[in-house]
Amino acid sequence: MKYIISTSIALIIVSAILAQSPAEIMQRIDDNMSADNRVIESSMTIHGRRNSRTITSISYSVGNEKSFTEYLSPAREKGTKMLKLDDRLWTYYPANDRTVQISGHMLRQSVMGSDLSYEDMMDDRKLTDVYSAEIEGDEQVEGRQMIILKLTAKVDDAAYYSRKLWVDKEYYLPVKEELYAKSGQLLKRTILSDFKKIEGRWYPMKLNFKDVLKQGKGTDWEIISIKFNTDIPEYLFSKAALKQ
Amino acid sequence: MKLAFNLAYKNLIGAGLRTWLNVGVLSFAFVLIIFYNGMIDGWNRQGREDTKAWEVAHGQFWHPEYDRLDVFTIIDAHQEITGTAAEYVSAGKLVPILLRQATIYPQGRMQGVLLKGIPHQQAVLELPTSVLQYNENAVAALIGHRMAKAAGLKVNDRLLIRWRDKNGTFDAIELRIAAIFSCDVPSVDNGQIYIDFDQMQKMVGLNNHATLLVKGTEEEIELSNWDFKNINVLLKELDDIIESKKAGGIVLQAVLLLIALLAIFDTQVLSVFRRQKEIGTYIALGLTRQQVVGIFTVEGGAHSFLAALVGAVYGIPFFLWLDTVGISFGNVDVGITIAEKIYPYYSIGLIFTSILLIVISATIVSYIPARKISGMNPTEALKGKLQ
Repeated sequence: MKYIISTSIALIIVSAILAQSPAEIMQRIDDNMSADNRVIESSMTIHGRRNSRTITSISYSVGNEKSFTEYLSPAREKGTKMLKLDDRLWTYYPANDRTVQISGHMLRQSVMGSDLSYEDMMDDRKLTDVYSAEIEGDEQVEGRQMIILKLTAKVDDAAYYSRKLWVDKEYYLPVKEELYAKSGQLLKRTILSDFKKIEGRWYPMKLNFKDVLKQGKGTDWEIISIKFNTDIPEYLFSKAALKQ
Repeated sequence: MKLAFNLAYKNLIGAGLRTWLNVGVLSFAFVLIIFYNGMIDGWNRQGREDTKAWEVAHGQFWHPEYDRLDVFTIIDAHQEITGTAAEYVSAGKLVPILLRQATIYPQGRMQGVLLKGIPHQQAVLELPTSVLQYNENAVAALIGHRMAKAAGLKVNDRLLIRWRDKNGTFDAIELRIAAIFSCDVPSVDNGQIYIDFDQMQKMVGLNNHATLLVKGTEEEIELSNWDFKNINVLLKELDDIIESKKAGGIVLQAVLLLIALLAIFDTQVLSVFRRQKEIGTYIALGLTRQQVVGIFTVEGGAHSFLAALVGAVYGIPFFLWLDTVGISFGNVDVGITIAEKIYPYYSIGLIFTSILLIVISATIVSYIPARKISGMNPTEALKGKLQ
């Protein structure tokens, strides 16, 4: 009897998942990953050819329009701040007390030598706003069931024309994401892991970003602490705050 | 005056080694001034001609927002080729070029490049663009030898290029290096990749758009919505470098000339001091003091004429030889237009200016010590007493 009940429950869950539309899955990913505002303290480990270096920072962001990041360590980077307002980005360097606007080709440069470009950091719109989705199939990864979701841009200005996501059926978070060019060329790969439930949502605490066209082990990004929907003072999102 | 020249000639030849030492140093300064300026002028001429042949032709029409020194302008600086511009483009008198920024990944390294779309059939610039028409397996690309060296690329190598289309969406394809050109103009080579204009338009989604139009004819063309940049504007950087090099050379030439002039000055002071009896005799014979000053000034100034003759004796064969073999700078790449071999250019103006400069300066330094003669007491001078 127990077997029948558990089998029935499993079938209901599976059928419920299968009944979900790709758009709904994408929406659930957005629900997990996006927030009105968030404060993240994180460390970024950049793997070079000879050695690796770790940079810690604290970021305050509101939606995908405003964000403010301050680098905390190492000493060389400490005090460097970045402010993003819509599509503009400024960086403040304490060593020479200068604020530099980053635009044009400089946005394509990597951030602190990582596999992330300034453009990557700035483009964090919700998936549902940019892509339409279709399910490509199921796959088992390390014993866990994944839905393979293929996203295709529905707007003209998407940075990546298509994406492929391996979505964990339990957490509704991608464990792996591949970003493709319009021609179908794979450009970047992100591995997400160490999912934790924070304030009612699942969130990946470790990410590895890899520019597949470049040599190297990519960039590890580890979240030390994260808070959603907290009070962030408005003055942080001003150029004046960069020099404070 | 004839007397002054006769006396000057006899005295100079009579002074022997002292005269020839002065003349030797002065002739060396003379030859060096002509050589240095000839080399700079030769560099300038070759640089201008090469830049015209490879990059600017008879001028360029730029999109009003385009600034070649500001890469931030590239993304928006393009417009459709319409009306008169389109007619000239069809006639091959204007060559459209579309610019975009892109990233290449040679050997797994990330490198920013300037992607240039240029019609493969163009005949205005010396770029061997005809190779860009063969796009069967991969898009054909043309690069310069500096770019090839920097990225470690050879002909038929393939490399991935990533760019953003007009809407900002990433795209990437494989390029095949169809040819590597060699030229003396780094601004058409460093960090640049050329592909066919039509191919480029397809890639970025900007149909019939260009950032700039290269003018391939001397005839006057007026286009609205395009800013014309003439040769002088486009070659300003090269001109500025040449001017600064000339200014730097003046210091060296001035030092050498000063040494030579100092020798003439010393000789004159010595002559006035040692030849007081002779001065007294000239005055006793009825020459005015000014005539005697004139004799000594002509004598000093005659060093420069002799220097010009001596300089011509070894300078002309030297300059003719240089004009044949050129001055090789090897493969130095200092980021400015400089030919592998520079052939000096000696203009008539340069030679006459140099002669005039040396003659006038030698005459002035000869006159200054000779002025003392006008204050001399003829009787005392005749007795040879020191004054």
